[in-house]
Amino acid sequence: MTQTSVAEPVIEMQGISIAFPGVKALDGVDFRMFPGEVHSLMGENGAGKSTLIKALTGVYGIDAGTITLAGDQVSFSGPAQAQAAGISTVYQEVNLLPNLSVAENIMLGREPRRFGSIDWRAMRRRAAALLEGLNLDLDPGSLLGDHSLAVQQLVAIARAIDVQAKVLILDEPTSSLDADEVAELFRVIRSLKEQGVAILFVSHFLDQVYEICDRLTVLRNGSLVGEYLVEELLRIDLVQKMIGKELTTLDDLEQRARSVVVDESDAALFVNAEGLGRRGAINPADLPIAAGEVVGLAGLLGSGRTELARLLGGIDRADQGELAIRGKVTKLRTPRQAISNRIAYSSENRRDEGVVGDLTVRDNIVLALQADRGWFRPIPAKRRDELTQSYIQALNIRPGNPDALVRNLSGGNQQKVLLARWLAIAPRLLILDEPTRGIDIGAKAEIQKLVFNLAENGMSVLFISAELEEVLRLSHRIVVLRDRHVVADLENDGLTVDSLLALIAEGSSDDEVPDASAGMPLAGAAVPAVPAVPAVPAVPAVPGVPGADRPHDSAASDTDPTPTDPTGDPR
Amino acid sequence: MSALLARLVASRLFWPIVMLLVLFTINLIAFPGFFAVTLRDGHLFGSLIDILRNGAPTLIIAVGMTLVIATRGIDLSVGAVAAISGAVACSIILGSPEPANPATVAVAVTVALIISLVLGMWNGFLVAVLGIQPIIATLILMTAGRGVAMLITEGQIITVNSPPFKALGSGFWFGIPIAVIIAAVVFGIAALVTRRTALGMFIESVGINPEASRQAGVRARGLLFVVYTFSALCAAIAGLILTANTAAADANNTGLFIELDAILAVVIGGTSLAGGRYSLVGTLVGALVIQTLVTTVYTVGIPPIATMVFKAAVVTIVCLLQSPTTTEALSGFRRRLALRAGKGVAAS
Repeated sequence: MTQTSVAEPVIEMQGISIAFPGVKALDGVDFRMFPGEVHSLMGENGAGKSTLIKALTGVYGIDAGTITLAGDQVSFSGPAQAQAAGISTVYQEVNLLPNLSVAENIMLGREPRRFGSIDWRAMRRRAAALLEGLNLDLDPGSLLGDHSLAVQQLVAIARAIDVQAKVLILDEPTSSLDADEVAELFRVIRSLKEQGVAILFVSHFLDQVYEICDRLTVLRNGSLVGEYLVEELLRIDLVQKMIGKELTTLDDLEQRARSVVVDESDAALFVNAEGLGRRGAINPADLPIAAGEVVGLAGLLGSGRTELARLLGGIDRADQGELAIRGKVTKLRTPRQAISNRIAYSSENRRDEGVVGDLTVRDNIVLALQADRGWFRPIPAKRRDELTQSYIQALNIRPGNPDALVRNLSGGNQQKVLLARWLAIAPRLLILDEPTRGIDIGAKAEIQKLVFNLAENGMSVLFISAELEEVLRLSHRIVVLRDRHVVADLENDGLTVDSLLALIAEGSSDDEVPDASAGMPLAGAAVPAVPAVPAVPAVPAVPGVPGADRPHDSAASDTDPTPTDPTGDPR
Repeated sequence: MSALLARLVASRLFWPIVMLLVLFTINLIAFPGFFAVTLRDGHLFGSLIDILRNGAPTLIIAVGMTLVIATRGIDLSVGAVAAISGAVACSIILGSPEPANPATVAVAVTVALIISLVLGMWNGFLVAVLGIQPIIATLILMTAGRGVAMLITEGQIITVNSPPFKALGSGFWFGIPIAVIIAAVVFGIAALVTRRTALGMFIESVGINPEASRQAGVRARGLLFVVYTFSALCAAIAGLILTANTAAADANNTGLFIELDAILAVVIGGTSLAGGRYSLVGTLVGALVIQTLVTTVYTVGIPPIATMVFKAAVVTIVCLLQSPTTTEALSGFRRRLALRAGKGVAAS
């Protein structure tokens, strides 16, 4: 730390302002990074993190301020220039070409050449060397699209570090990685750091930030809050700086969730899957869900949790077993059939399978409801507007403009629009696949409260999240998957993150329970370690779902992570 | 006032409309009587009327094309379908004992339209059920269709002498060219049906994000069927107008390259070939730009050899003005202007 403080910053941005029509996205923000440090940019959605990164990488032009790179003032007119100057970026959503090979993706745009044409052999060799450096056992000649999202993310990183980068920007690099992959990534980050690369690490996982970062900069509403050394900033203070208000917890929520008694007699079962499976995706699994029950699916990425949920949502067809809805055996062939049975599946892949970016907020919200009615029975304009307005208010969607295009909204707000779409069909079973991934803690808490209130009003919820803490807090019952098998189906009574972790990890005998310090985001789920739940203003009064507005204890001190913090962070 | 102007400039329709006005101005300079519309024998006459009438077939096809393009598709077969429908109608009329009887014409037109529905469903089947890329799927009918038309006409140009049929192309109704009325009806029905029902939203939704639309329960397959069938129907109507205008079915030349004009009209109108948001009004403006261009060539007296170059130049200008880079540069310029103006106010 000390030597980085005296060194010259590799990047210095001063007084950066960027305005979009009607919005001041950044207002006089200062930001700097030193060589050989891992720096985090913190803030809620809409704080200006993405805008600042895009200003740094030349995607946006700046209206005011200066950018200095290694002592020289620079002005980038595009990402290519920034990259040539040594600033590489890996974005949250993988922006690679699934129809090309891994090697081609890594080397795209800087293919080694020989006699003017591409030297394929050299290209493969170099890609293979890079992958080996990342300890990735991957055939460089295989198609990128054949690999999981997590592997694609690592390929994107391989691509970024191939450029002789002075600054490497990782925007939410861990949001789709499991614990082992995160540990792998951190190993890579540390070795790059030793080579003197300045790394900007943006993540919503506080534990990860505390584990890997040296310094952080906090933004709020487009303004700079401050720059801090990570070891000198308490988490609780960090969260307060990010959201700008006092904290309360959702502990009472958790207590109530666990105390609810759900009628699980056969008569009350809303869906009952028996031996439901699909070859190559999920082995035959039993999954009964009672009305008003929240069932959590826990498991690593690729354990089959999404695959099982997709069968229930009619997204993929089951080829084994049967599914009974309200006691009646039903074959779901299309999402449409699931929807007409009042089952809604909200995809984990918000951008590609969720929102329709170029349509307005209003159209996105009414889409599923309208599709269920058929095209020739349009929802009257007035009803459409009322519906949209009520969800915008209930879910606190910002900006609250029904005519805004969804692609211009932040990730958290897109997620809320998607939720509104599913709530609008008044589902009896709502399947939420990673509804809180990549969104800020405020929106996260709002969505958690919503899930809880929906269940209290008789809706069944199947909840999938990589954050075990979240699963534990919300679920009445937890189903654990491993290697495409259901390995446990437990009442959420006395379960802890550790016991869940043991179930998830069990069987792979050479692997112990993921080490707490490396096992983000799973280990980060240890309940007391994450006081990162802000006060949520009044529970959204979702139409048809009377909001249960209860006061919370503002007992932030109860959640002081120090005594039980398993991550052993330096605080 | 300036806000209104800014919104106008930002509109997708701004440049096409400017282009149209520029073309009108050029025509007016070359031919001062350009805007004059007179009533002769109870019929409207004038250059503007000619533009509307001659542009009607392109507009009709472009309306169908707009919806196809909005679903991320394209329909190259429209010219061939137009030729087939013209051939079918003419051969029925020719083979009938009473070619001048309106009933004969009604039968001929109905049969031609029904056949076009079948052809459209064929395209829809290839695209929606078999999942063939639209450009390939419709290429099949584009090439095969003219052959089919050839078979129907037995390789001849069929000339018919049927006043009721000819009226479709060059007749008048209450002084207005019938072709224009037909185009207006097609346009109106398309606009009403897609915007008054949820069809338009579904078409855009499927065009923007097919998988998200599927998961939201939108039936893309049925939608594609409807859209390609409608496109073929539009093509057949245009083919009938074109054939009626010359009173002759020419399998080789009826509607030749009209698919390209229609696609151009859609693109000039601001609908992206990548699918998604579409604008029927934009397509209307686009079709008018293309037809006015053709008229301009004659009024200004551009030598026929230079016609293609002139047309290309105008289209190039419109496309350049509409390109994302130009739009970006212009909006950046406006933003800086506004910022400066704002600062000026604050300083004073």
